[in-house]
Amino acid sequence: MRAFAVLLAALVVGVPFAVASEQHPTLHELEGQLMCPTCQTPLDMSESPAANRIRAFIVKRIEAGDTRTEIMDKLVAQFGPGIRAAPPASGFGLLAWVLPLVLLVGGGAVIGVYAWRWSRSREPAPAGGGPAQNGRAPLDPDVERRLEDELARFE
Amino acid sequence: MRLKIGAQVVALGVVVGLLGLLVWKITNQDQKQARKNAPAPKFTLPRLDQPGDLSLAALKGKAIVLNFWASWCAPCRDEVPVLERAWDRYRKRGVVVIGVDQQDLSSDARAFARKYGMTYPLVHDGPGEVVAKYGLTGVPETFFVGRSGKLVGEHISGRVSHRELIQGIETAMQS
Repeated sequence: MRAFAVLLAALVVGVPFAVASEQHPTLHELEGQLMCPTCQTPLDMSESPAANRIRAFIVKRIEAGDTRTEIMDKLVAQFGPGIRAAPPASGFGLLAWVLPLVLLVGGGAVIGVYAWRWSRSREPAPAGGGPAQNGRAPLDPDVERRLEDELARFE
Repeated sequence: MRLKIGAQVVALGVVVGLLGLLVWKITNQDQKQARKNAPAPKFTLPRLDQPGDLSLAALKGKAIVLNFWASWCAPCRDEVPVLERAWDRYRKRGVVVIGVDQQDLSSDARAFARKYGMTYPLVHDGPGEVVAKYGLTGVPETFFVGRSGKLVGEHISGRVSHRELIQGIETAMQS
C-alpha cells in the first residue's frame, strides 16, 4: 500500500515536470543533453565558438516556442546523431541502453545462483545416512560393529 | 559443474564481443589524412547557396579547390576575398572552388556567405563526414584536386594566401 502511494506521488510530481520540460525546455536542460561537435565535450562544458553558436540557436528556438524534441531534431539534422550526448533509444543505439541492464541482471543471477549453491554446500547433513557430524563419511556397519566391540573390551 | 561451464562460456563470449567491437572501431576509423596523389575522397553534399546536392564525381575533369570552412571560424573570414578572386579569375579555365561548410549551422553559414559575398559553390557538411574522410585537423583547410581526380600539391592548413592558392590551382590544372 505504501509502495503504491509512493509510486502515485512520483507520477503526480514527475509527469507534469516531464511534460513541462518537453513543451518549455530550458537552455540549461538542453546543454546537458548535447555535445559540442568540434571539441567532443558536453555542450555545457564547452566555450568553443561552435558551442556558442549552438547555444544561440537553442535560445532562438526556445523563444520561437519549439519543443525539446523539435530543437533536438533540428540539431540532429544539422550535425548528425553524434550531437546527442546519449545514444537514441532505437536502432543500434538501443544496445547502449539495454546491454548494461542485461549484464546487470545476468551478473546478478549468476552471483545469486553461486551464492545459493555455496550456502547449500555448507548446510549440515540430515541425521542418519549422510556424513557424520564431524564432517567425515560414516563408517561401514561391519567396521562400526568391530570398533564398538573393541571399545567395549577396554571398558 | 554444467552451470560453471555455462557462465565461463558467457563471460568468454562477452570478452570476445567487446574485443570485436574494439577491432571494428579501429579498422573503421576514417580519421586518416587524405594523401597526396591518392584519389580525392568522394562526397555528395547538400548545397548551401542553392537547392540540390553537389557531387565531387560530377566535376570529373575539372581542377578543384576544396576549402573547408565554418561561420564561427575567424581566419575563414579573412580568406574569403582570396578565394573569391581566384574563383573569378580561374572559373573560365575549368577550375571550381568549392566551400565545404562543416560542423556548422546552415542558417549561420548562409548568413556568413551573404555577409562576406561568397559566390563560389557552397556545400554543407554538418555532421563532418567529409571532414573525417579528408582527415581535417581544423578549419580553414584547403585541398587541391587535379583534373585526374587525385589530390595534388600541398594541402594548406590555416588561412590560405593568394600565392599558395595560385600555386595549388596551377598544379591542379596540370595534373
